[in-house]
Amino acid sequence: MDSESSEVELRSLMVAALDGDAEAHRQLLTKVGARLRAYFKGRLKRIDRSATEAEDLLQEVLIAIHTRRHTYDRAQLFTPWLYAIARYKLVDHLRRTRASMNDISIESASEVVAHNDSEAIESGLDLEKLLARLPPKMKQAIQYVKLEGLSVRETARRTGMSESSVKVSVHRGLKTVARLIKKERLG
Amino acid sequence: MNTDKLIDVLSSNLEPVERGTLTRMIWWALVIATAVAFCVMLGTVGPRSGIVSDEGRGFLALKLVFAVSLVGGGAAWLVRSMQPARELRAPLWVLSLPFVVITIAGAVDLVRETSGPWSRMLFGTQWAMCVACIPLFAVLPFAILIWAARQGAPTNLPRTGAMAGLVAGAIGAVAYAFHCPDDLLPFIALWYGGGIAFCAVVGGLLGPRLLRW
Repeated sequence: MDSESSEVELRSLMVAALDGDAEAHRQLLTKVGARLRAYFKGRLKRIDRSATEAEDLLQEVLIAIHTRRHTYDRAQLFTPWLYAIARYKLVDHLRRTRASMNDISIESASEVVAHNDSEAIESGLDLEKLLARLPPKMKQAIQYVKLEGLSVRETARRTGMSESSVKVSVHRGLKTVARLIKKERLG
Repeated sequence: MNTDKLIDVLSSNLEPVERGTLTRMIWWALVIATAVAFCVMLGTVGPRSGIVSDEGRGFLALKLVFAVSLVGGGAAWLVRSMQPARELRAPLWVLSLPFVVITIAGAVDLVRETSGPWSRMLFGTQWAMCVACIPLFAVLPFAILIWAARQGAPTNLPRTGAMAGLVAGAIGAVAYAFHCPDDLLPFIALWYGGGIAFCAVVGGLLGPRLLRW
């Protein structure tokens, strides 16, 4: 896979996603997911870790990419941004599970997007159960906006929250889900 | 949970992201942090009575230029360190320039012995107050800046922590400058410079603990 063409493609999807294009966002996360899956699986396999563990980590990282997408500057390259997050999360994961980056070889930023693995598997996590642990406001906001696909305005009307507080609840809720996934993953 | 399902969830009803969100947030954090530090100063030691002489005003301005240059430079770096893979615009040592300049000025002043013996030029009348107040006034600004940094995605936590500490320390120095009765260059170099550097070191040590995401 040509990493230069993938940079161009991923970056244009990212820019469109930042402007609110949901389809571009879905495509971006799918493509990024396939690359990061190959990356995480490859790294973790070398120290005898399971594919499920890699999938859990992948899901946490996808949520992080989503909730922290405002830290990407449209004028910068996308691949290094993605790689910095993936590497940070991998190192953090290894540290928490008592391995270190020394067990794993050093790679370059382009290697992150070099391979594809689109075989999504079930992670060991249950979204419904994770959502059940959120505060009611966040849970409701995510349920309506993200799972049932209601508009923010409609959700605000149904729940009696203001539109901005619906948005804030969704954002904070997703961040909390990422935190719960991390906790769950580490037992 | 299936990853494809998660991606669908994340993509539904996507909100657009405004440009400059992080920069705006750091601006607000700086404004609030400075106001808070100033209030703490007013509530504890209070402003210096009668900054009326031209010399007093000159030294206040000097202390402020020193501290504000560190607030500005540090904040610019802080914003960048919250963005993954964002390069710094200039090498990190540029931030030490204000320290170098004030240290040289202080040393020259010491050699020329313009304002009495060395002990007085270095320790002034309230060095202990200065040592205590700058970090003390920096505590709440530090908390505010760490909160702001957590809204980003820092990947080098000691560095981001150190930047937050540096900026918080410099804000503490801005607030303390309005109380400080010691108008001496060596004093400023030692206690302002030292106090702010101390805050940066503490911030760097606390960074990994406070900023992990």
